Amino acid sequence: MRSIAVVGASLAGLSAARALRGQGFEGRLTLIGTESHRPYDRPPLSKEFLAGRMSEADLALEADDEDLGAEWRLGATATGLDPSDRRVLLDDGTSVRADGIVVATGASARTLPGGGGLGGVHTLRSLDDARALRSDLVKGRRLVVIGAGFIGAEVASTARDLGLDVTVVETAPTPFAGALGAEMGAVVASLHGDHGVRLICGVGVRGLLGAGRGLAGTDRADGVQRSEGAGRVDGASGPEGVDRVEGARAPEGVDRVEGARAPEGADRVEGALLDDDRILPADVVLVGIGARPNVEWLAGAGFQLTNGVVCDAGGATGVPGVVAVGDCAAWFDPAMGYHHRVEHWTGALRRPAAAAVTLLSGGATAPDPPSSPYFWSDQYGMKIQFVGHARPGDTVTVEEGDVADRSFLAVYRRQDRPVAVLSLNQVRLFTRWRRRLDAVPNRTDSTLRSEL
Amino acid sequence: MIPACPLAALPRGEAYRLDVEPPIALFHTEDGEIYAIDDTCTHQDASLADGWLEGCEVECPLHASRFDLRTGRVDAPPAKLPVRTHRVVVEDGTVYVVPSEEPPNLPPGIRAGTA
Ligand SMILES: Cc1cc2nc3c(=O)[nH]c(=O)nc-3n(C[C@H](O)[C@H](O)[C@H](O)COP(=O)(O)OP(=O)(O)OC[C@H]3O[C@@H](n4cnc5c(N)ncnc54)[C@H](O)[C@@H]3O)c2cc1C
Ligand code: FES
Repeated sequence: MRSIAVVGASLAGLSAARALRGQGFEGRLTLIGTESHRPYDRPPLSKEFLAGRMSEADLALEADDEDLGAEWRLGATATGLDPSDRRVLLDDGTSVRADGIVVATGASARTLPGGGGLGGVHTLRSLDDARALRSDLVKGRRLVVIGAGFIGAEVASTARDLGLDVTVVETAPTPFAGALGAEMGAVVASLHGDHGVRLICGVGVRGLLGAGRGLAGTDRADGVQRSEGAGRVDGASGPEGVDRVEGARAPEGVDRVEGARAPEGADRVEGALLDDDRILPADVVLVGIGARPNVEWLAGAGFQLTNGVVCDAGGATGVPGVVAVGDCAAWFDPAMGYHHRVEHWTGALRRPAAAAVTLLSGGATAPDPPSSPYFWSDQYGMKIQFVGHARPGDTVTVEEGDVADRSFLAVYRRQDRPVAVLSLNQVRLFTRWRRRLDAVPNRTDSTLRSEL
Repeated sequence: MIPACPLAALPRGEAYRLDVEPPIALFHTEDGEIYAIDDTCTHQDASLADGWLEGCEVECPLHASRFDLRTGRVDAPPAKLPVRTHRVVVEDGTVYVVPSEEPPNLPPGIRAGTA
Protein backbone atom coordinates (compact mmCIF):
# COMPACT_ATOMS: atom_id res chain seq x y z
CA MET A 1 0.00 0.00 0.00
CA ARG A 2 1.64 3.21 -1.15
CA SER A 3 -0.90 5.90 -0.35
CA ILE A 4 -3.61 6.35 2.26
CA ALA A 5 -6.18 9.12 2.58
CA VAL A 6 -7.83 9.79 5.93
CA VAL A 7 -11.12 11.68 5.64
CA GLY A 8 -11.98 13.62 8.81
CA ALA A 9 -9.13 15.25 10.72
CA SER A 10 -10.26 14.95 14.31
CA LEU A 11 -9.61 12.42 17.07
CA ALA A 12 -10.35 9.28 15.06
CA GLY A 13 -8.59 10.52 11.90
CA LEU A 14 -5.50 11.68 13.77
CA SER A 15 -5.41 8.44 15.76
CA ALA A 16 -5.62 6.46 12.54
CA ALA A 17 -2.78 8.46 11.00
CA ARG A 18 -0.66 7.89 14.09
CA ALA A 19 -1.44 4.19 14.13
CA LEU A 20 -0.59 3.81 10.44
CA ARG A 21 2.79 5.48 10.93
CA GLY A 22 3.30 3.53 14.16
CA GLN A 23 2.67 0.29 12.29
CA GLY A 24 5.30 1.12 9.72
CA PHE A 25 3.34 2.70 6.89
CA GLU A 26 5.80 4.99 5.12
CA GLY A 27 3.82 5.91 2.03
CA ARG A 28 1.93 9.05 1.18
CA LEU A 29 -0.54 10.02 3.88
CA THR A 30 -3.20 12.69 3.30
CA LEU A 31 -5.56 14.01 5.95
CA ILE A 32 -8.68 15.76 4.71
CA GLY A 33 -10.84 17.82 7.08
CA THR A 34 -13.72 20.25 6.71
CA GLU A 35 -12.71 22.35 9.68
CA SER A 36 -9.85 24.76 9.20
CA HIS A 37 -8.53 23.99 12.69
CA ARG A 38 -5.82 21.48 13.44
CA PRO A 39 -7.24 18.45 15.32
CA TYR A 40 -8.61 19.51 18.68
CA ASP A 41 -10.30 17.83 21.60
CA ARG A 42 -14.09 18.07 21.86
CA PRO A 43 -14.96 16.95 25.41
CA PRO A 44 -13.75 20.22 27.01
CA LEU A 45 -16.08 22.18 24.70
CA SER A 46 -18.97 21.56 27.08
CA LYS A 47 -16.79 21.65 30.19
CA GLU A 48 -13.50 23.45 30.90
CA PHE A 49 -13.36 25.39 27.63
CA LEU A 50 -16.95 26.56 27.94
CA ALA A 51 -16.26 27.53 31.53
CA GLY A 52 -13.23 29.57 30.46
CA ARG A 53 -10.77 27.39 32.34
CA MET A 54 -9.08 26.02 29.24
CA SER A 55 -7.79 27.95 26.23
CA GLU A 56 -7.97 27.03 22.56
CA ALA A 57 -4.30 26.13 22.62
CA ASP A 58 -5.02 23.65 25.43
CA LEU A 59 -7.44 21.80 23.14
CA ALA A 60 -4.80 20.82 20.56
CA LEU A 61 -4.54 17.07 20.10
CA GLU A 62 -1.10 17.17 18.53
CA ALA A 63 2.09 17.58 20.49
CA ASP A 64 4.18 20.64 19.53
CA ASP A 65 6.94 18.59 17.98
CA GLU A 66 4.72 15.98 16.38
CA ASP A 67 5.23 15.39 12.68
CA LEU A 68 3.40 12.59 10.94
CA GLY A 69 4.90 13.41 7.59
CA ALA A 70 1.40 13.86 6.25
CA GLU A 71 -0.19 16.21 3.78
CA TRP A 72 -2.99 18.17 5.43
CA ARG A 73 -5.96 19.30 3.37
CA LEU A 74 -7.79 21.36 5.99
CA GLY A 75 -10.83 23.36 4.98
CA ALA A 76 -11.66 20.74 2.34
CA THR A 77 -14.84 18.68 2.48
CA ALA A 78 -15.18 15.25 0.91
CA THR A 79 -18.29 15.18 -1.24
CA GLY A 80 -18.04 11.67 -2.61
CA LEU A 81 -15.99 8.54 -2.97
CA ASP A 82 -15.40 6.79 -6.25
CA PRO A 83 -14.78 3.15 -5.34
CA SER A 84 -13.58 2.19 -8.83
CA ASP A 85 -10.16 3.76 -8.30
CA ARG A 86 -10.58 4.69 -4.63
CA ARG A 87 -10.79 8.41 -5.16
CA VAL A 88 -12.05 10.93 -2.64
CA LEU A 89 -13.84 13.82 -4.33
CA LEU A 90 -13.49 17.21 -2.68
CA ASP A 91 -15.72 20.28 -2.67
CA ASP A 92 -13.07 22.41 -4.37
CA GLY A 93 -13.31 20.21 -7.45
CA THR A 94 -10.06 18.34 -6.83
CA SER A 95 -9.75 14.75 -5.72
CA VAL A 96 -7.34 12.53 -3.82
CA ARG A 97 -6.66 9.02 -5.06
CA ALA A 98 -5.31 6.50 -2.59
CA ASP A 99 -4.66 2.78 -2.20
CA GLY A 100 -6.37 2.83 1.19
CA ILE A 101 -8.99 5.09 2.74
CA VAL A 102 -9.89 5.72 6.36
CA VAL A 103 -13.35 7.20 6.86
CA ALA A 104 -13.34 9.27 10.07
CA THR A 105 -15.96 11.95 9.44
CA GLY A 106 -17.53 11.78 12.89
CA ALA A 107 -20.96 13.11 13.64
CA SER A 108 -22.91 16.36 13.65
CA ALA A 109 -25.28 17.75 16.24
CA ARG A 110 -28.93 17.18 15.44
CA THR A 111 -30.97 20.33 15.10
CA LEU A 112 -34.60 21.13 15.85
CA PRO A 113 -36.66 21.03 12.72
CA GLY A 114 -37.77 24.56 11.98
CA GLY A 115 -35.70 26.00 14.81
CA GLY A 116 -33.15 27.63 12.57
CA GLY A 117 -32.67 31.29 12.05
CA LEU A 118 -33.26 32.54 15.59
CA GLY A 119 -30.40 34.20 17.42
CA GLY A 120 -29.40 32.66 20.73
CA VAL A 121 -30.17 29.10 19.59
CA HIS A 122 -27.14 26.83 19.68
CA THR A 123 -25.96 23.32 19.10
CA LEU A 124 -22.56 22.15 20.33
CA ARG A 125 -20.20 20.02 18.32
CA SER A 126 -17.31 22.16 17.09
CA LEU A 127 -14.92 24.74 18.44
CA ASP A 128 -16.80 27.40 16.49
CA ASP A 129 -20.07 26.28 18.14
CA ALA A 130 -18.41 26.45 21.55
CA ARG A 131 -17.07 29.95 20.95
CA ALA A 132 -20.52 31.16 19.95
CA LEU A 133 -22.24 29.50 22.89
CA ARG A 134 -19.64 30.77 25.31
CA SER A 135 -20.17 34.36 24.28
CA ASP A 136 -23.91 33.93 24.88
CA LEU A 137 -23.58 32.45 28.38
CA VAL A 138 -23.82 35.69 30.31
CA LYS A 139 -24.51 35.65 34.03
CA GLY A 140 -28.17 36.16 34.84
CA ARG A 141 -29.51 35.03 31.47
CA ARG A 142 -32.06 32.26 31.21
CA LEU A 143 -30.81 29.16 29.43
CA VAL A 144 -33.13 26.43 28.25
CA VAL A 145 -31.39 23.17 27.40
CA ILE A 146 -33.39 20.91 25.12
CA GLY A 147 -32.36 17.30 25.72
CA ALA A 148 -30.96 15.98 28.99
CA GLY A 149 -28.25 13.79 27.49
CA PHE A 150 -24.60 14.13 28.38
CA ILE A 151 -23.83 17.23 26.36
CA GLY A 152 -27.03 18.95 27.53
CA ALA A 153 -26.31 18.07 31.15
CA GLU A 154 -22.72 19.27 30.92
CA VAL A 155 -23.71 22.56 29.37
CA ALA A 156 -26.40 22.99 32.05
CA SER A 157 -23.78 22.38 34.73
CA THR A 158 -21.23 24.76 33.22
CA ALA A 159 -23.85 27.47 32.64
CA ARG A 160 -25.14 27.15 36.19
CA ASP A 161 -21.60 27.64 37.40
CA LEU A 162 -21.38 30.77 35.28
CA GLY A 163 -24.46 32.12 37.05
CA LEU A 164 -27.22 31.47 34.54
CA ASP A 165 -30.76 30.42 35.36
CA VAL A 166 -31.02 26.98 33.76
CA THR A 167 -33.93 24.73 32.80
CA VAL A 168 -33.46 21.36 31.10
CA VAL A 169 -36.31 19.74 29.16
CA GLU A 170 -36.29 16.10 28.16
CA THR A 171 -38.83 14.12 26.14
CA ALA A 172 -38.09 10.80 27.80
CA PRO A 173 -39.45 10.15 31.28
CA THR A 174 -35.92 9.54 32.59
CA PRO A 175 -32.69 11.02 31.24
CA PHE A 176 -29.77 8.72 30.35
CA ALA A 177 -32.07 5.68 30.44
CA GLY A 178 -30.52 4.33 27.22
CA ALA A 179 -26.94 4.60 28.43
CA LEU A 180 -27.27 4.00 32.18
CA GLY A 181 -30.66 2.31 32.62
CA ALA A 182 -33.63 4.06 34.19
CA GLU A 183 -32.62 3.58 37.82
CA MET A 184 -29.14 5.05 37.59
CA GLY A 185 -30.23 7.50 34.90
CA ALA A 186 -32.56 9.04 37.46
CA VAL A 187 -29.75 9.20 40.01
CA VAL A 188 -27.39 11.03 37.67
CA ALA A 189 -30.20 13.34 36.50
CA SER A 190 -30.92 14.30 40.09
CA LEU A 191 -27.62 16.20 40.13
CA HIS A 192 -29.47 18.99 38.29
CA GLY A 193 -31.86 19.51 41.17
CA ASP A 194 -29.00 19.38 43.69
CA HIS A 195 -27.53 22.39 41.97
CA GLY A 196 -30.59 24.51 41.39
CA VAL A 197 -31.23 23.52 37.78
CA ARG A 198 -34.85 22.71 36.86
CA LEU A 199 -35.37 19.43 35.04
CA ILE A 200 -38.62 18.82 33.19
CA CYS A 201 -39.03 15.28 31.86
CA GLY A 202 -41.59 13.48 29.77
CA VAL A 203 -42.52 16.41 27.59
CA GLY A 204 -41.32 17.37 24.14
CA VAL A 205 -40.59 20.79 22.69
CA ARG A 206 -43.03 21.90 20.01
CA GLY A 207 -41.02 24.85 18.87
CA LEU A 208 -39.10 27.97 19.74
CA LEU A 209 -40.57 31.43 20.20
CA GLY A 210 -38.91 34.56 18.90
CA ALA A 211 -39.85 38.23 19.09
CA GLY A 212 -42.30 39.12 16.39
CA ARG A 213 -42.12 35.68 14.93
CA GLY A 214 -44.25 33.64 17.21
CA LEU A 215 -43.58 29.99 16.92
CA ALA A 216 -40.40 29.37 15.02
CA GLY A 217 -40.78 25.66 14.65
CA THR A 218 -44.19 24.21 14.11
CA ASP A 219 -42.85 20.76 13.52
CA ARG A 220 -42.88 18.58 16.52
CA ALA A 221 -39.37 18.24 17.74
CA ASP A 222 -39.78 14.79 19.11
CA GLY A 223 -39.04 13.02 15.87
CA VAL A 224 -35.40 13.76 16.42
CA GLN A 225 -35.34 13.60 20.17
CA ARG A 226 -34.07 10.10 20.20
CA SER A 227 -30.45 9.57 20.66
CA GLU A 228 -29.63 5.91 20.35
CA GLY A 229 -31.76 3.70 22.47
CA ALA A 230 -33.81 6.42 24.11
CA GLY A 231 -37.40 6.02 23.12
CA ARG A 232 -40.13 8.58 23.49
CA VAL A 233 -43.01 7.90 25.78
CA ASP A 234 -46.06 9.66 24.51
CA GLY A 235 -48.48 11.24 26.86
CA ALA A 236 -46.04 11.28 29.74
CA SER A 237 -46.70 14.32 31.83
CA GLY A 238 -44.27 16.65 33.48
CA PRO A 239 -43.32 16.29 37.10
CA GLU A 240 -46.20 17.05 39.41
CA GLY A 241 -46.64 20.55 40.55
CA VAL A 242 -44.74 22.10 37.67
CA ASP A 243 -47.03 23.72 35.24
CA ARG A 244 -46.65 27.26 34.18
CA VAL A 245 -42.97 28.01 34.27
CA GLU A 246 -43.24 31.44 32.81
CA GLY A 247 -41.80 33.94 35.20
CA ALA A 248 -40.65 31.12 37.42
CA ARG A 249 -38.40 32.20 40.22
CA ALA A 250 -34.74 31.89 39.64
CA PRO A 251 -33.21 29.11 41.69
CA GLU A 252 -31.66 30.37 44.84
CA GLY A 253 -28.31 31.90 44.41
CA VAL A 254 -28.94 33.21 40.93
CA ASP A 255 -28.97 36.95 41.00
CA ARG A 256 -30.99 38.68 38.41
CA VAL A 257 -28.41 40.85 36.79
CA GLU A 258 -29.85 43.92 35.16
CA GLY A 259 -28.84 44.16 31.58
CA ALA A 260 -28.02 40.47 31.44
CA ARG A 261 -30.94 39.89 29.15
CA ALA A 262 -30.01 39.34 25.62
CA PRO A 263 -30.64 42.28 23.33
CA GLU A 264 -34.17 42.20 22.03
CA GLY A 265 -34.58 41.80 18.37
CA ALA A 266 -36.96 40.37 15.88
CA ASP A 267 -34.74 37.39 15.37
CA ARG A 268 -33.72 36.48 18.88
CA VAL A 269 -35.15 33.49 20.73
CA GLU A 270 -37.51 34.28 23.60
CA GLY A 271 -38.71 30.93 24.76
CA ALA A 272 -39.49 27.30 24.12
CA LEU A 273 -43.04 26.07 23.68
CA LEU A 274 -43.59 22.63 25.13
CA ASP A 275 -45.97 19.96 23.91
CA ASP A 276 -48.22 20.56 26.89
CA ASP A 277 -48.48 24.27 25.96
CA ARG A 278 -46.18 25.47 28.66
CA ILE A 279 -43.76 28.18 27.69
CA LEU A 280 -40.23 28.31 29.06
CA PRO A 281 -38.85 31.82 28.69
CA ALA A 282 -35.29 31.80 27.37
CA ASP A 283 -32.52 34.19 26.43
CA VAL A 284 -30.36 31.33 25.18
CA VAL A 285 -31.28 27.83 23.99
CA LEU A 286 -28.95 24.87 23.65
CA VAL A 287 -30.32 22.06 21.53
CA GLY A 288 -28.68 18.85 22.76
CA ILE A 289 -30.71 16.14 21.09
CA GLY A 290 -28.00 13.82 19.94
CA ALA A 291 -25.73 13.45 16.95
CA ARG A 292 -26.06 12.08 13.47
CA PRO A 293 -23.18 10.32 11.69
CA ASN A 294 -21.62 12.26 8.81
CA VAL A 295 -21.96 9.64 6.11
CA GLU A 296 -24.14 11.29 3.45
CA TRP A 297 -21.05 11.86 1.33
CA LEU A 298 -20.63 8.08 1.00
CA ALA A 299 -24.09 7.49 -0.46
CA GLY A 300 -24.11 5.43 -3.63
CA ALA A 301 -20.52 4.24 -3.26
CA GLY A 302 -21.33 0.69 -2.13
CA PHE A 303 -21.31 1.14 1.63
CA GLN A 304 -23.96 -0.15 3.97
CA LEU A 305 -25.10 2.99 5.75
CA THR A 306 -27.51 2.31 8.58
CA ASN A 307 -26.87 4.67 11.45
CA GLY A 308 -23.22 5.00 10.45
CA VAL A 309 -20.92 3.06 8.14
CA VAL A 310 -21.44 -0.61 8.90
CA CYS A 311 -18.09 -2.33 9.59
CA ASP A 312 -16.88 -5.71 10.76
CA ALA A 313 -15.13 -6.17 14.12
CA GLY A 314 -11.89 -4.85 12.63
CA GLY A 315 -13.27 -1.73 10.99
CA ALA A 316 -13.47 -3.07 7.41
CA THR A 317 -16.38 -1.65 5.41
CA GLY A 318 -18.11 -3.36 2.52
CA VAL A 319 -15.78 -1.55 0.10
CA PRO A 320 -12.31 -3.10 -0.32
CA GLY A 321 -9.47 -0.92 0.94
CA VAL A 322 -11.77 1.32 2.99
CA VAL A 323 -12.04 1.21 6.79
CA ALA A 324 -14.14 3.46 9.04
CA VAL A 325 -13.46 4.62 12.61
CA GLY A 326 -14.87 6.85 15.32
CA ASP A 327 -18.33 8.35 15.71
CA CYS A 328 -19.29 7.73 12.06
CA ALA A 329 -18.72 3.97 12.21
CA ALA A 330 -20.92 1.12 13.44
CA TRP A 331 -18.53 -1.75 14.16
CA PHE A 332 -19.68 -5.26 14.78
CA ASP A 333 -19.48 -5.76 18.52
CA PRO A 334 -18.68 -9.39 19.36
CA ALA A 335 -19.79 -8.94 22.97
CA MET A 336 -23.21 -7.69 21.93
CA GLY A 337 -23.61 -9.70 18.77
CA TYR A 338 -24.65 -6.77 16.60
CA HIS A 339 -23.36 -3.63 14.89
CA HIS A 340 -23.23 -0.69 17.18
CA ARG A 341 -22.21 2.91 16.67
CA VAL A 342 -20.34 4.18 19.72
CA GLU A 343 -19.93 7.90 20.34
CA HIS A 344 -17.20 7.71 22.93
CA TRP A 345 -13.92 9.49 22.94
CA THR A 346 -11.93 6.37 23.89
CA GLY A 347 -13.45 4.42 21.00
CA ALA A 348 -12.28 7.10 18.57
CA LEU A 349 -8.85 6.97 20.20
CA ARG A 350 -8.26 3.21 20.39
CA ARG A 351 -10.14 1.57 17.55
CA PRO A 352 -8.16 3.25 14.79
CA ALA A 353 -5.19 1.05 15.75
CA ALA A 354 -7.26 -2.05 14.93
CA ALA A 355 -8.52 -0.44 11.72
CA ALA A 356 -4.93 0.33 10.70
CA VAL A 357 -4.06 -3.34 11.13
CA THR A 358 -7.05 -4.27 8.99
CA LEU A 359 -6.13 -1.80 6.27
CA LEU A 360 -2.40 -2.59 6.13
CA SER A 361 -2.89 -6.36 6.28
CA GLY A 362 -5.71 -6.32 3.77
CA GLY A 363 -7.97 -7.88 6.39
CA ALA A 364 -5.66 -10.87 6.87
CA THR A 365 -4.94 -10.12 10.52
CA ALA A 366 -7.75 -10.49 13.01
CA PRO A 367 -7.99 -7.63 15.48
CA ASP A 368 -7.71 -8.06 19.22
CA PRO A 369 -11.08 -8.26 20.92
CA PRO A 370 -12.19 -4.74 21.73
CA SER A 371 -11.98 -3.44 25.26
CA SER A 372 -15.29 -2.63 26.90
CA PRO A 373 -16.64 0.75 25.85
CA TYR A 374 -15.77 3.44 28.37
CA PHE A 375 -16.91 7.02 28.70
CA TRP A 376 -16.83 9.74 31.27
CA SER A 377 -18.76 12.89 31.91
CA ASP A 378 -18.13 15.80 34.25
CA GLN A 379 -21.17 17.47 35.75
CA TYR A 380 -21.40 19.79 38.73
CA GLY A 381 -17.85 18.96 39.77
CA MET A 382 -18.56 15.20 39.82
CA LYS A 383 -16.62 12.64 37.85
CA ILE A 384 -19.06 10.26 36.24
CA GLN A 385 -17.53 7.14 34.64
CA PHE A 386 -19.17 4.23 32.90
CA VAL A 387 -17.81 1.09 31.29
CA GLY A 388 -19.59 -1.77 29.55
CA HIS A 389 -23.10 -2.15 28.18
CA ALA A 390 -26.26 -1.68 30.21
CA ARG A 391 -29.48 -3.31 29.04
CA PRO A 392 -32.98 -3.15 30.41
CA GLY A 393 -33.39 -5.93 32.95
CA ASP A 394 -29.84 -5.80 34.32
CA THR A 395 -29.75 -5.79 38.10
CA VAL A 396 -27.86 -2.87 39.56
CA THR A 397 -26.23 -2.94 42.98
CA VAL A 398 -24.33 -0.20 44.72
CA GLU A 399 -21.11 -1.86 45.83
CA GLU A 400 -19.33 1.08 47.36
CA GLY A 401 -20.39 4.41 48.82
CA ASP A 402 -23.89 5.74 48.85
CA VAL A 403 -26.11 7.18 46.14
CA ALA A 404 -27.29 9.85 48.57
CA ASP A 405 -23.70 11.02 49.08
CA ARG A 406 -23.14 11.33 45.34
CA SER A 407 -20.10 9.14 45.72
CA PHE A 408 -20.66 5.53 44.80
CA LEU A 409 -19.87 2.66 42.47
CA ALA A 410 -22.66 0.53 41.03
CA VAL A 411 -22.27 -2.78 39.21
CA TYR A 412 -24.71 -3.95 36.53
CA ARG A 413 -25.20 -7.70 36.34
CA ARG A 414 -26.90 -9.94 33.84
CA GLN A 415 -27.46 -13.49 35.06
CA ASP A 416 -25.10 -12.73 37.96
CA ARG A 417 -22.31 -11.71 35.62
CA PRO A 418 -20.92 -8.15 35.83
CA VAL A 419 -21.50 -6.40 32.49
CA ALA A 420 -21.14 -2.73 33.30
CA VAL A 421 -20.00 -0.36 36.03
CA LEU A 422 -21.04 3.18 36.83
CA SER A 423 -19.26 5.40 39.29
CA LEU A 424 -19.60 8.89 40.66
CA ASN A 425 -16.47 10.30 42.25
CA GLN A 426 -14.95 6.83 42.78
CA VAL A 427 -12.10 7.07 40.32
CA ARG A 428 -9.72 4.62 41.91
CA LEU A 429 -12.21 1.86 42.46
CA PHE A 430 -13.68 2.41 39.03
CA THR A 431 -10.27 1.86 37.46
CA ARG A 432 -10.05 -1.53 39.16
CA TRP A 433 -13.46 -2.56 37.94
CA ARG A 434 -12.72 -1.36 34.46
CA ARG A 435 -9.61 -3.48 34.45
CA ARG A 436 -11.58 -6.44 35.71
CA LEU A 437 -14.22 -6.15 32.97
CA ASP A 438 -11.49 -5.71 30.37
CA ALA A 439 -9.38 -8.61 31.56
CA VAL A 440 -12.16 -10.91 30.52
CA PRO A 441 -12.21 -12.03 26.92
CA ASN A 442 -15.07 -10.09 25.55
CA ARG A 443 -16.25 -12.72 23.19
CA THR A 444 -18.86 -15.03 24.49
CA ASP A 445 -21.10 -15.03 27.46
CA SER A 446 -19.98 -18.46 28.61
CA THR A 447 -16.28 -17.60 28.85
CA LEU A 448 -17.23 -14.51 30.78
CA ARG A 449 -19.20 -16.45 33.27
CA SER A 450 -16.51 -18.97 33.97
CA GLU A 451 -13.88 -16.35 34.58
CA LEU A 452 -15.60 -13.91 36.87
CA MET B 1 14.83 13.22 50.64
CA ILE B 2 11.26 12.82 51.92
CA PRO B 3 10.13 9.67 53.72
CA ALA B 4 7.06 8.47 51.79
CA CYS B 5 5.79 5.26 53.33
CA PRO B 6 6.90 1.94 54.76
CA LEU B 7 7.78 -0.49 51.99
CA ALA B 8 5.18 -2.86 53.43
CA ALA B 9 2.47 -0.28 52.71
CA LEU B 10 3.25 -0.46 48.99
CA PRO B 11 2.77 -4.02 47.73
CA ARG B 12 3.51 -4.94 44.12
CA GLY B 13 0.90 -3.67 41.70
CA GLU B 14 -0.11 -0.88 44.07
CA ALA B 15 0.25 2.87 44.18
CA TYR B 16 0.63 5.34 47.01
CA ARG B 17 -0.11 9.07 46.94
CA LEU B 18 2.20 11.34 48.88
CA ASP B 19 0.45 14.55 49.89
CA VAL B 20 3.16 17.06 49.19
CA GLU B 21 2.86 20.13 46.94
CA PRO B 22 2.31 19.14 44.21
CA PRO B 23 1.40 15.54 45.17
CA ILE B 24 3.66 12.65 44.17
CA ALA B 25 2.55 9.14 43.19
CA LEU B 26 4.63 6.07 44.00
CA PHE B 27 4.19 2.82 42.10
CA HIS B 28 5.46 -0.65 42.88
CA THR B 29 5.46 -2.60 39.64
CA GLU B 30 4.77 -6.31 39.35
CA ASP B 31 8.48 -6.68 38.54
CA GLY B 32 9.40 -5.22 41.90
CA GLU B 33 10.58 -1.77 40.81
CA ILE B 34 9.44 1.35 42.64
CA TYR B 35 8.96 4.61 40.75
CA ALA B 36 7.79 8.09 41.70
CA ILE B 37 6.17 10.65 39.39
CA ASP B 38 4.00 13.72 39.89
CA ASP B 39 0.55 12.49 40.86
CA THR B 40 -1.42 15.03 38.82
CA CYS B 41 -1.93 14.15 35.16
CA THR B 42 -0.53 16.76 32.79
CA HIS B 43 -3.85 16.87 30.92
CA GLN B 44 -6.38 17.60 33.64
CA ASP B 45 -6.93 17.18 37.33
CA ALA B 46 -6.68 13.41 37.72
CA SER B 47 -4.66 11.52 40.29
CA LEU B 48 -2.34 9.07 38.53
CA ALA B 49 -2.16 6.99 41.72
CA ASP B 50 -5.80 6.12 40.90
CA GLY B 51 -4.69 4.97 37.45
CA TRP B 52 -4.10 1.62 35.88
CA LEU B 53 -0.60 0.24 36.38
CA GLU B 54 0.64 -2.01 33.63
CA GLY B 55 4.28 -2.98 33.40
CA CYS B 56 6.26 0.23 33.64
CA GLU B 57 3.35 2.41 32.58
CA VAL B 58 0.41 4.00 34.29
CA GLU B 59 -2.76 4.83 32.40
CA CYS B 60 -4.55 7.96 33.53
CA PRO B 61 -7.84 6.96 35.17
CA LEU B 62 -9.83 9.58 33.27
CA HIS B 63 -8.81 9.81 29.62
CA ALA B 64 -6.35 7.00 29.10
CA SER B 65 -3.08 8.78 28.33
CA ARG B 66 -0.26 6.48 29.44
CA PHE B 67 2.88 7.66 31.19
CA ASP B 68 6.15 5.77 31.30
CA LEU B 69 7.15 5.60 34.96
CA ARG B 70 10.85 5.57 34.12
CA THR B 71 10.94 8.62 31.88
CA GLY B 72 7.60 10.35 32.46
CA ARG B 73 6.95 10.21 28.70
CA VAL B 74 3.35 10.22 27.52
CA ASP B 75 2.28 7.83 24.76
CA ALA B 76 -0.84 9.44 23.29
CA PRO B 77 -3.27 12.30 23.72
CA PRO B 78 -5.07 13.94 25.32
CA ALA B 79 -2.06 14.57 27.57
CA LYS B 80 0.80 16.04 25.60
CA LEU B 81 3.43 16.87 28.18
CA PRO B 82 5.51 14.35 30.11
CA VAL B 83 5.00 14.00 33.81
CA ARG B 84 7.91 14.81 36.09
CA THR B 85 9.80 11.86 37.56
CA HIS B 86 11.43 11.69 40.99
CA ARG B 87 14.19 9.51 42.33
CA VAL B 88 13.25 6.77 44.78
CA VAL B 89 15.43 5.39 47.56
CA VAL B 90 14.48 2.38 49.70
CA GLU B 91 16.31 2.16 53.01
CA ASP B 92 15.58 0.03 56.05
CA GLY B 93 12.11 -0.86 54.87
CA THR B 94 11.12 2.75 54.17
CA VAL B 95 10.50 4.31 50.76
CA TYR B 96 11.99 7.80 50.27
CA VAL B 97 11.52 10.24 47.42
CA VAL B 98 14.10 12.72 46.20
CA PRO B 99 11.90 15.39 44.60
CA SER B 100 12.91 16.60 41.16
CA GLU B 101 14.16 20.14 40.77
CA GLU B 102 12.59 20.54 37.35
CA PRO B 103 9.40 22.62 37.10
CA PRO B 104 6.29 20.41 37.10
CA ASN B 105 3.97 20.12 34.07
CA LEU B 106 0.70 20.78 35.82
CA PRO B 107 -2.53 20.89 33.80
CA PRO B 108 -4.23 24.15 32.83
CA GLY B 109 -6.20 25.61 35.69
CA ILE B 110 -3.93 24.08 38.31
CA ARG B 111 -1.10 26.34 39.25
CA ALA B 112 2.08 25.08 40.79
CA GLY B 113 1.71 25.14 44.51
CA THR B 114 -2.07 24.90 44.52
CA ALA B 115 -2.51 21.42 43.13
C1 LIG C 1 -19.27 18.92 23.42
C2 LIG C 1 -18.83 17.48 23.42
C3 LIG C 1 -18.48 16.87 24.61
C4 LIG C 1 -18.08 15.53 24.64
N1 LIG C 1 -17.73 14.98 25.83
C5 LIG C 1 -17.36 13.68 25.88
C6 LIG C 1 -17.01 13.07 27.13
O1 LIG C 1 -17.03 13.72 28.19
N2 LIG C 1 -16.64 11.76 27.12
C7 LIG C 1 -16.61 11.01 25.98
O2 LIG C 1 -16.30 9.83 26.01
N3 LIG C 1 -16.93 11.57 24.78
C8 LIG C 1 -17.32 12.88 24.70
N4 LIG C 1 -17.65 13.44 23.49
C9 LIG C 1 -17.60 12.61 22.28
C10 LIG C 1 -16.24 12.64 21.59
O3 LIG C 1 -15.76 13.94 21.48
C11 LIG C 1 -16.39 11.99 20.22
O4 LIG C 1 -16.65 10.63 20.44
C12 LIG C 1 -15.14 12.15 19.34
O5 LIG C 1 -14.90 13.50 19.05
C13 LIG C 1 -15.30 11.36 18.06
O6 LIG C 1 -14.20 11.61 17.23
P1 LIG C 1 -14.30 11.44 15.64
O7 LIG C 1 -12.96 11.82 15.15
O8 LIG C 1 -14.88 10.14 15.31
O9 LIG C 1 -15.41 12.48 15.17
P2 LIG C 1 -15.44 14.07 15.23
O10 LIG C 1 -14.71 14.54 16.43
O11 LIG C 1 -16.84 14.45 15.04
O12 LIG C 1 -14.59 14.54 13.96
C14 LIG C 1 -14.97 14.35 12.64
C15 LIG C 1 -14.26 15.39 11.79
O13 LIG C 1 -14.53 15.11 10.43
C16 LIG C 1 -14.87 16.31 9.76
N5 LIG C 1 -15.72 16.00 8.61
C17 LIG C 1 -17.03 15.65 8.63
N6 LIG C 1 -17.48 15.42 7.37
C18 LIG C 1 -16.43 15.61 6.56
C19 LIG C 1 -16.26 15.51 5.15
N7 LIG C 1 -17.25 15.15 4.34
N8 LIG C 1 -15.03 15.79 4.63
C20 LIG C 1 -14.00 16.14 5.44
N9 LIG C 1 -14.11 16.24 6.78
C21 LIG C 1 -15.30 15.97 7.33
C22 LIG C 1 -15.57 17.12 10.82
O14 LIG C 1 -15.57 18.49 10.48
C23 LIG C 1 -14.76 16.79 12.05
O15 LIG C 1 -13.66 17.66 12.18
C24 LIG C 1 -18.06 14.79 23.44
C25 LIG C 1 -18.42 15.40 22.23
C26 LIG C 1 -18.80 16.73 22.21
C27 LIG C 1 -19.19 17.37 20.90
S1 FES D 1 -6.73 13.82 32.97
FE1 FES D 1 -5.23 12.42 32.41
S2 FES D 1 -5.57 12.09 30.33
FE2 FES D 1 -7.08 13.53 30.90
